[in-house]
Amino acid sequence: MTEKIISKKEVEYVAKLAKLKFNEEEKGEFTSQLNSILDYFKKLNELDTEKVEPTAYVISIPNLLNEDKVKPSFPQEEVLSNGKYVKKGYFKVPKIM
Amino acid sequence: MTLNQLTAHEVVNLIKKRKITACEVMQDIFNQIDKVDDLIKAFLIINREEALRQAKEIDAKVKNGEELPPLAGVAVAIKDIIVTRGTETTCGSKILRGFIPPYNATVINRLKEAGAIIIGKTNMDEFAMGSSTENSAFGPTHNPWDLERVPGGSSGGSTAAVAADEAFISLGTDTGGSIRQPASLCGMVGLKPTYGRVSRYGLVAYASSLDQIGPITKDVTDCALVMNVISGHDNMDSTSVNLEVPDYLKSCKAGIKDLKIGVPKEYFIEGIDLEVKSALDRALKIFEKLGAKIEELSLPHTEYSLPTYYLIATAEASSNLARYDGVQYGYRAEEYKDLSSMYQKTRSEGFGSEVKRRIMLGTYALSSGYYDAYYLKAQKVRTLIKEDFDKVFSKYDILVTPTSPTPAFKLKEKVSDPLTMYLSDIYTIPINLAGIPAISINCGYSKNNLPIGLQIIGKHFSEETILRAAFNFEQNNDIERKKPSIKPAKHKEATE
Repeated sequence: MTEKIISKKEVEYVAKLAKLKFNEEEKGEFTSQLNSILDYFKKLNELDTEKVEPTAYVISIPNLLNEDKVKPSFPQEEVLSNGKYVKKGYFKVPKIM
Repeated sequence: MTLNQLTAHEVVNLIKKRKITACEVMQDIFNQIDKVDDLIKAFLIINREEALRQAKEIDAKVKNGEELPPLAGVAVAIKDIIVTRGTETTCGSKILRGFIPPYNATVINRLKEAGAIIIGKTNMDEFAMGSSTENSAFGPTHNPWDLERVPGGSSGGSTAAVAADEAFISLGTDTGGSIRQPASLCGMVGLKPTYGRVSRYGLVAYASSLDQIGPITKDVTDCALVMNVISGHDNMDSTSVNLEVPDYLKSCKAGIKDLKIGVPKEYFIEGIDLEVKSALDRALKIFEKLGAKIEELSLPHTEYSLPTYYLIATAEASSNLARYDGVQYGYRAEEYKDLSSMYQKTRSEGFGSEVKRRIMLGTYALSSGYYDAYYLKAQKVRTLIKEDFDKVFSKYDILVTPTSPTPAFKLKEKVSDPLTMYLSDIYTIPINLAGIPAISINCGYSKNNLPIGLQIIGKHFSEETILRAAFNFEQNNDIERKKPSIKPAKHKEATE
């Protein structure tokens, strides 16, 4: 048996952070799958990494910044063309509260 | 023999010599798609009319005696995670269904400038998350060598299309093996370039510090040909590196007497299929015969690659996939009461289960209180894995390993157990973590007539060297290259 690392309650909390919703059955399935995956991840604790620098990007290149110049951009119509709900040049969303 | 069975370089040469026309080539390509794609299901979208129009343009150029670009008349399939102006791009996900990008990825523009003809977009695991193409919202792709087996993934559609002679070349993307593993399972050539070698502008992000675009082709020459076209710096991608691009086509043809090859012992452990192991042993003898020196070496942190990868990739994915909220593009849930429930319902209905699983893992790993224990820890182990490679590359030019521990597995064999599925990328994942280039080429076939691949790994920006090793192996491999005979399952049962 794998030790329980993440509880169903925590799964509910993480789902809320990730803006996902699950039914009871899915919650149970995710809890057990995430537990077995996280249990496997514990392998990393075998390594002492206290003095190791983290790697975010593998190729060390300086920040490449483009010139701060106004260039043509996409027309508004095209940018909005994939929105399902568009009104007066804006994306339309439901009430916030 | 029909024209679609040729390689890209053969087709370009024959068009240039006026032996064949681009229109004839396109006809054979679409005939093959009509014949086999109902069985393979490599394509999500096919651009027939536009492709035929472009073929006519190429033929007009030939007629006028104009000089032809390097990929003139070559039919290309594009993984549906690379944006194409005016052509739907779904990433194999319901959440992006109907999304028509207003721009082309840099690689698309470069292919078009080189005369390539984009014939369609190919199936994939949703957002490139998977190793079998079974996670596509639009159904799985089948392996041309055995329709009951997976083509690998996540670039399964792109690879199957080339293997089934439905396209000459294709583009895939590789975050943890998604070009090389399907190339191995379908008997094709697949290259994951060095991180930064090929622009990612217009590649829909999965895990930004690992993703790379690369070619899937029928032979090494075609791979070099495509790399000549798509490599190089791009102002639109701040991680693209400004380094000169060598002529890969030219450099791959030199010999390999000077090469020192390392074979990491950690890649030949339990779990490796015996037929894969013996194919590799035989392949190493060929390298030896060509004059290369071969030695065993150790990459001690190999066993930590998989957990490191899944922590980093899922963390980055959870952040990258936050943009799918039903506002600017793609799917939006029908019913909701407010903004928050609109987000939740849209994402829950729009994403498939593997994507949700990875978003959940990544969100958890980045959440307050767990960041140091998971994400930061993984980034530190990533350093150790990268240093393993740095050390051996001070002594060796290339490493040779299997690409995948087994030949193609059966559809549904691994879907129910995510961890087992993750293990199919065990030999490819460390390469993405280190950001180095690697190529998979065919080195033989199993008793069941399934292709087996070998992986050649090089140091940063050494695509020239790995292509050269691959080309020399390909030219001297004494096992005859085969093509799959695409047989529907029922027919197969009847003959057995």
